[in-house]
Amino acid sequence: MNNLLQFLSLSDPNVRMVVLGATLLGAGAGLVGVFTLLRKRALLGDAVAHSILPGVCLAFMVGQSKNPFVLLLGALIAGWLSLLAMDYLVRRTKLKADGVIGLVLSVFFGLGIWLLTIIQQSGAASQSGLDKFLFGKAASITSQDVNMFTWVVLGLVLVLLLFYKGFKLIAFDQDFARSVGMPVRLLEFLLSTITVLSIAVGIQAVGVVLMASLLIAPAAAARYWTDRLSVMLLLAAGMGIIAAWSGAYVSFAAPSMPTGPWIVMALALLTGISMLWAPKRGILGRSLRQWRYARKIALENVLKILFQLEERSGMAGKGYSRVSILEHREIEPGPLNMVLRRLKRKAWATEINSLWRLTEEGLTEARQIVRRHRLWELYLHERLNLPADHVHPGAEAMEHLLTPELEEALQRDLGYPVTDPHQSPIP
Amino acid sequence: MPKSAVEVHNLTVSYSQRPVLWDVDFSLPEGKLIAIVGPNGSGKTTLLKSIMGLTPMSGGFVRIFDQPLDEVRSQVSYVPQRESVDWDFPARVRDVVLMGRYRPKNLLSRLSKTDREVADWALDQVRMREFSQRQISQLSGGQQQRVFIARSLAQQAKLYLMDEPFAGVDAASERAILDLLMQLKESGKTLLIVHHDLNTVRQYFDWVVLMNTRLVAAGPVEEVFTDANLQAAYGGQLTVLSKVADRVKEGGFPVREKKVKS
Repeated sequence: MNNLLQFLSLSDPNVRMVVLGATLLGAGAGLVGVFTLLRKRALLGDAVAHSILPGVCLAFMVGQSKNPFVLLLGALIAGWLSLLAMDYLVRRTKLKADGVIGLVLSVFFGLGIWLLTIIQQSGAASQSGLDKFLFGKAASITSQDVNMFTWVVLGLVLVLLLFYKGFKLIAFDQDFARSVGMPVRLLEFLLSTITVLSIAVGIQAVGVVLMASLLIAPAAAARYWTDRLSVMLLLAAGMGIIAAWSGAYVSFAAPSMPTGPWIVMALALLTGISMLWAPKRGILGRSLRQWRYARKIALENVLKILFQLEERSGMAGKGYSRVSILEHREIEPGPLNMVLRRLKRKAWATEINSLWRLTEEGLTEARQIVRRHRLWELYLHERLNLPADHVHPGAEAMEHLLTPELEEALQRDLGYPVTDPHQSPIP
Repeated sequence: MPKSAVEVHNLTVSYSQRPVLWDVDFSLPEGKLIAIVGPNGSGKTTLLKSIMGLTPMSGGFVRIFDQPLDEVRSQVSYVPQRESVDWDFPARVRDVVLMGRYRPKNLLSRLSKTDREVADWALDQVRMREFSQRQISQLSGGQQQRVFIARSLAQQAKLYLMDEPFAGVDAASERAILDLLMQLKESGKTLLIVHHDLNTVRQYFDWVVLMNTRLVAAGPVEEVFTDANLQAAYGGQLTVLSKVADRVKEGGFPVREKKVKS
């Protein structure tokens, strides 16, 4: 607890740099990644990340400095070259996009590793710190780095804000964008440039190998929580920041732990949570809805059975035992006990001497279900010309699904009928 | 002689060398509801796209209202095929319709109150106002198509190019869309529509462009939509033409010796 507070206070200047740097990178990559994901370019992002390595190495060899801006320039050029190469190969050869991405990624990356080996053998490696581009070294982020990250992230946020409408349009419907005369090529160029930029700075935190995750995971997780692009952008940036802080904290608490990989682990966790818990799209939300639906069906079926038993006996007020309810075979004994307890709680049914009967409210509910069942049977029979002995199974499902509005529409369509196809009254 | 809305001159388009449109040449009048009809793979979509400048041409040119497209772009509205976009995109119905108000001029600025009013009006026209806050992935095929048409209406154009607006829509949507197209025509707009259902051509349209890679016929429905022309468009492949097309592809010959300037 103590060291969490110490971490959050950011009193250690070293920690401050790491957290600040990672926050900027996480937010920047998260924002840009939304468009990468929506334009279905996730793999492209991975390829660009790998292709940046030779650019960084060459910039170091030519410039003989590890000034972050010089290295960034090299990264930008290499990233762009890889994009152009992929674009050209897809258009001009028979290779498909996935093959081209794999090819460009490995060729550029191979070149990068080769150049890195040369630099290392020249003995400059120890001071160059270039190896940090491979797996990232967030822990060694300096104030000079943070300075550069700030400019880059500010720049890309500015571009995103300015061209938000254009980016949204080309992400959704590029042909339409061109048809209204939008400068689609310029927009694509800008979007690609800020993507390459965010990757180029991002690899300093998590490295070439894990960069795709920093770009894509926040967007993928954010997508689960919202249907709006603007909110998705904010959420993705937020997820990137949370992951950055988590990763930085883990390596602060346990200094042997690397920051970058833990940022990625945190992102994976956030994405996993989103997949499970997100209200509409999440797996749990969906199962919960299905479970509620099953419960509703069970309850309504028992209501219906009690109603029909009463209807058949022709007199009100008499109760029915569990055995006679079970004879209908629509429900197992275990669930039946649960449903009866719920009916009692809702005061829809009462139990006297182990005999169950519906209360006034219960009767109203039951009537509604039976009415919907019989209306639907009649509808199938009259409008879809199904024979009377084929309409029951369909109505079994529909009686739970019809809304008051649909019920009213059915009534109107069928002319407020009084009996169903089996001549049972419609209550 | 009324002004022509769309004039296509010896238009030739090839995909990886093979021609998909070959010397297509016609002129369409203003104020008509016009169908583009032809078998699968006959280049209907490509024709629409090249009129809209979305596909590079290897020959020929297109004029709209007697001018190059760029001069009159704001008066032309294009509705792509519904399947051409991912409907799982995080947007609501109104967001998509508002895209019809995007112009290069207002790229950097916010949309105005007028833009929003026009979008709401367009949603009313397609009877989708109550869905305006609905996530687009939750719509039925017919509703999605109506959203696309609302976006197009929001452009307030004079010429509408629509790619299969009736494909995969329910009867109610088809009716709503047809009524709307008729209305647009009544108010003097020109509509050029890629259509797949031969049975409804006579009933819905004034004019028809029959094609199969090359133009078979273009003109008023009663003159052009004949058995002989349909036979020419749908019956039997043009074997010589497709053989030549194959040869063009194999040899890597250009379809034109020189690029024709419009």
